[in-house]
Amino acid sequence: MNSPIRYRQLIQLILAHLRQIIREPGVLFWGIIFPILMSLGLGFAFTKKADVYRDVAWVKEQPARADSSGSALEIFLKDHQIKRSSDKDGDICYRITLPDDKLGNTTYTVRVMEWKKAMVLLKRGNITIILDEKNGRLEYHFDPMNPDAQLIYLKLSGLFTNPALLQRPSNPDIRPMTITGTRYIDFLVPGLIAMGVMMSIMWGVSYEIIDNRAKKLLRRMVATPMKKSYYLIALITVRIGMNFIESGLLFLFTWIVFGIQVQGSVPALITIFMAGNIAFAGIAIFMSSHTAKTEIGNGLINLVSMPMMVLSGIFFSYHNFPEWSTSIIRAFPLTMLADGVRSVFIEGAGFTEIAIPSLIMAGTGTIFFIAGLKIFKWH
Amino acid sequence: MTIASPVIEVRNVFKSFKTVQAVRGIDLTIYPGQFVALLGPNGAGKTTLVEMIEGIQKPDRGEILILGKSWRGNEDELRKVIGLSLQETRFIDKLTVRETVKLFASFFDLDNSRIDEIINLVGLDEKRKSYVVNLSGGQRQRLALGIALLNEPVILLLDEPTTGLDPNARREIWSILQKLRERTQTSMILTTHYMEEAEKLCEQIVIIDQGQILKQGTLEELLSDENRDQTENPDRIPLKTLDDLFILLTGRSLHE
Repeated sequence: MNSPIRYRQLIQLILAHLRQIIREPGVLFWGIIFPILMSLGLGFAFTKKADVYRDVAWVKEQPARADSSGSALEIFLKDHQIKRSSDKDGDICYRITLPDDKLGNTTYTVRVMEWKKAMVLLKRGNITIILDEKNGRLEYHFDPMNPDAQLIYLKLSGLFTNPALLQRPSNPDIRPMTITGTRYIDFLVPGLIAMGVMMSIMWGVSYEIIDNRAKKLLRRMVATPMKKSYYLIALITVRIGMNFIESGLLFLFTWIVFGIQVQGSVPALITIFMAGNIAFAGIAIFMSSHTAKTEIGNGLINLVSMPMMVLSGIFFSYHNFPEWSTSIIRAFPLTMLADGVRSVFIEGAGFTEIAIPSLIMAGTGTIFFIAGLKIFKWH
Repeated sequence: MTIASPVIEVRNVFKSFKTVQAVRGIDLTIYPGQFVALLGPNGAGKTTLVEMIEGIQKPDRGEILILGKSWRGNEDELRKVIGLSLQETRFIDKLTVRETVKLFASFFDLDNSRIDEIINLVGLDEKRKSYVVNLSGGQRQRLALGIALLNEPVILLLDEPTTGLDPNARREIWSILQKLRERTQTSMILTTHYMEEAEKLCEQIVIIDQGQILKQGTLEELLSDENRDQTENPDRIPLKTLDDLFILLTGRSLHE
């Protein structure tokens, strides 16, 4: 007890937090297995060529005369010998397949139906586009804000004006990029690592503190000679250690399956990773400094993590957001961490590139940590 | 014969929370080996008083001395001599009984022999490898009591330690405390809603309501004092139990 550092207290607190984590199967699932499954699902979805199937409603115009040769679409189908069949509802349908050995084949099932039924299917999301005919002229009805509908419109209208597309399985204009670092999975994995750090710390530190306060365990502990800072140090140390393991396993898995590589400096990667952990640890202490209600804790954690998860470019680039908002988004710790990890992974960045975001994140974490401790309630 | 120095001295203590005056001028002195029951209805100020003695609340006015020392500047030293058990204490679910005791033992720098001694004392030998989450309510309270006794405390503070327990589990806790009373000089403050518990375990009873002490003394002293007054009021029924006295003083039963 004479030593200013009470090692036994610290070791026992670290062991207690560690045991609590590794003995909880749910923690292991959400911390390790879930990110791997997510990378697997999204990785395959965005890196493997897959055939696309889309349904399209066709509200067929009634022929004006018995000897009418039919509408423009009807003529197209007849000319290209596209066979009539029936869909699962028993409606007449035609299957048009656009072959493509680089992008994957696209099959449109053009289902003949009445306008009313087409509207119901559109509202349900079963279809995104309705083909209608006025005096033999084809009209496309769709939400112009819907990118899927836009794509169907462009491809179908292109096909009807250039039927040769039906016979062109290989587009010589497309050169698929398969170099490591340019694929979607290369973009995704650093984002998943950053998101994992945030979620693990926000829930593992913030929620843990609030729950222990609600259970009066904090009050019980501070009634002993336990050094208060040790409780927090142990909690954060275990969480950061677990984040290294979880992120390491995710990297290992994606390296084996997708060939992910770290193109930049590994020490720089560790630095920005640690800085991100410090930033979120500080924020987590601050968020959990006062409340003893787990319901409020849930709300606070979601308040911090959800906007960042949506806006910080984890799954897709935040550069698609309005220009005025991107400077705000870049200031989020999750954006800094994701961008920093991504730059080391796929741009070959080193210390020079990650120094400033690392300092900002470590500084943010320290400020929040000190502020949190000032108002921290132990009971 | 020398009179021992008090272990706890509460002198004219006041404490308010926003508009509520929780404690209003309480004086209380407790000597070594004394077991004191603090009785009062909900909101009487018992918990606030115990929290001030425990050092986690500061009085607005007045003074609290533990072993002759105030909390200010002596926190590290005083934490080593106090044991605490709270109502429905919940520890870390996925630690075993032994790991939980070991964690708290590390705060007092105690070795393994004391850990095993405590587990044995509270009768949890067979449960030493069980996770805390799998213990019954009674076993969990025994574990909490064991942890409170780890450091052989000079002062033991028990806040409703048997609330919600079945009669058997309650008796097991009483048995541990009675042994403690026979074998050590530990002083205890017990807050409880169970009159039988106060009568069985404590020689001194302090009745508190609206932040003030209404009566204090042994059970016999309290009853005889009140019954003596009966001679001035012959219509009143003589008081036989602590509950009768409590209702007379506070206008409420002990469980309200």
